Amino acid sequence: MATPTLEKTDGGAEPGFADSPYITVTFRVRRFNPEVSAEAEWQDFTFEMDPKERVLDGLHKIKWDLDGTLTFRRSCAHGICGSDAMRINGKNRLACKTLIKDISPEKPITIEPIKGLTVLKDLVVDMEPFFQAYRDVMPFLITKDTNEPTRERLQSAEDRERFDDTTKCILCAACTSSCPVFWNDGQYFGPAAIVNAHRFIFDSRDEAGEQRLEILNDRDGVWRCRTTFNCTDACPRGIEITKAIQEVKRALITRRI
Amino acid sequence: MSNNVAKTDSTASGIGPVEGTPLYSVDNPAPVIEPPRKRTKKTGRATRGNFELYAWLFMRLSGVVLVVLVIGHLLVQLVLDGGVSKISFAFVAGRWASPFWQVWDLLMLWLAMLHGTIGLRTIINDYAERANTRVWLKGLLYTATVFTILLGTLVIFTFDPNIR
Ligand code: HEM
Ligand code: SF4
Ligand code: FES
Repeated sequence: MATPTLEKTDGGAEPGFADSPYITVTFRVRRFNPEVSAEAEWQDFTFEMDPKERVLDGLHKIKWDLDGTLTFRRSCAHGICGSDAMRINGKNRLACKTLIKDISPEKPITIEPIKGLTVLKDLVVDMEPFFQAYRDVMPFLITKDTNEPTRERLQSAEDRERFDDTTKCILCAACTSSCPVFWNDGQYFGPAAIVNAHRFIFDSRDEAGEQRLEILNDRDGVWRCRTTFNCTDACPRGIEITKAIQEVKRALITRRI
Repeated sequence: MSNNVAKTDSTASGIGPVEGTPLYSVDNPAPVIEPPRKRTKKTGRATRGNFELYAWLFMRLSGVVLVVLVIGHLLVQLVLDGGVSKISFAFVAGRWASPFWQVWDLLMLWLAMLHGTIGLRTIINDYAERANTRVWLKGLLYTATVFTILLGTLVIFTFDPNIR
């Protein structure tokens, strides 16, 4: 705290606080409470914050000190549970992985619920359609051998590497809710479901790849993807989602033609 | 009590909510903000074989061929040999005397029409929210496509340069 790290202390630093790392930030939050009004509206919260803190810390400050009615989801607070994807300055991010200093805190920081899912209250959306699409691709190991295995299912390092990228998904919905096709037609499986299908389709131990490909070959499957790359930009885990979707498309084409 | 307010609001009596009284409450919440269409347990069971796959492939393959056909068409019609001012009935008649240009134009007609139709179908699927709107728009689209392709094909094959 004693070490000044910012060259400039413009903005809200008060006299006598010249060495303080704190800056004044404004969170412009999209509020919606169906028990009060049918309209969603913007509400500004202005407070002091260390720019090295995260958006989630700011939301905590609001919830704990300024307005206890603010509603949002978070659990782990360390980027692994996937609870707190939200639209921050127009981009889908995890609030717990977004540092204030990285998102131009001199301007108001806009915070909205992710798009394309029913808004229940403030930043909380109904994730059910998202998880329905996830369930529909059968995201679990399927083998033809119905006997209980007597030993571990072994796999070479290369076979494991084949689907390594798509194992990283935390089901935060940042990708699916950044996809313009999903915004318009929520029936589309969405990138997250395809990522999780990819994780099993290309797993050498799994034997239901053909079934999953068939599911994704359908009307609301991979062919609705328009290669917008929004999903790849949004993924907090850095998964190359558009590439994974492309690999599923290629598998379908080479198998069927 | 605000329950009653909301109810009076929707009757034909013309009595609106009392000013200052909240319309919505814990017991009478407003509708939540829903997206146009949602995935449910029933979604995605409409198996249509490989239609979507072929449509996707066709867009790319026809696109590649169209680059050659369309740019060639534009060059011949609008740039080379005197530019746009040379186009006349005689010019078109001369071109269609050759089977090469007949095939070229026929191919361009079919590919561009089908490509454009499948593309617009995608856009209708994207933007038309209600099932009814989709059916009507696509019906209109397919009718226009069939009409244009048939008429164009008919003209290319039955074109008579001596017509007057
Ligand atoms: C000149 C060569 C052309 C190429 C290389 C080309 C290529 C493509 C490709 C690859 C797509 C698919 C995009 C996607 O699925 O994300 C597409 C979409 C489309 N094309 Fe073409 N095309 C050409 C000419 C045309 C022509 C002449 C028309 C009009 C008759 C047309 C109308 C459309 C429409 C309406 C779409 C749908 C747009 C969308 O999906 O957002 N294109 N084109
Ligand atoms: S692929 Fe990335 S953005 Fe999409 S749900 Fe998984 S972790 Fe989130
Ligand atoms: S709170 Fe768990 S991912 Fe952000």
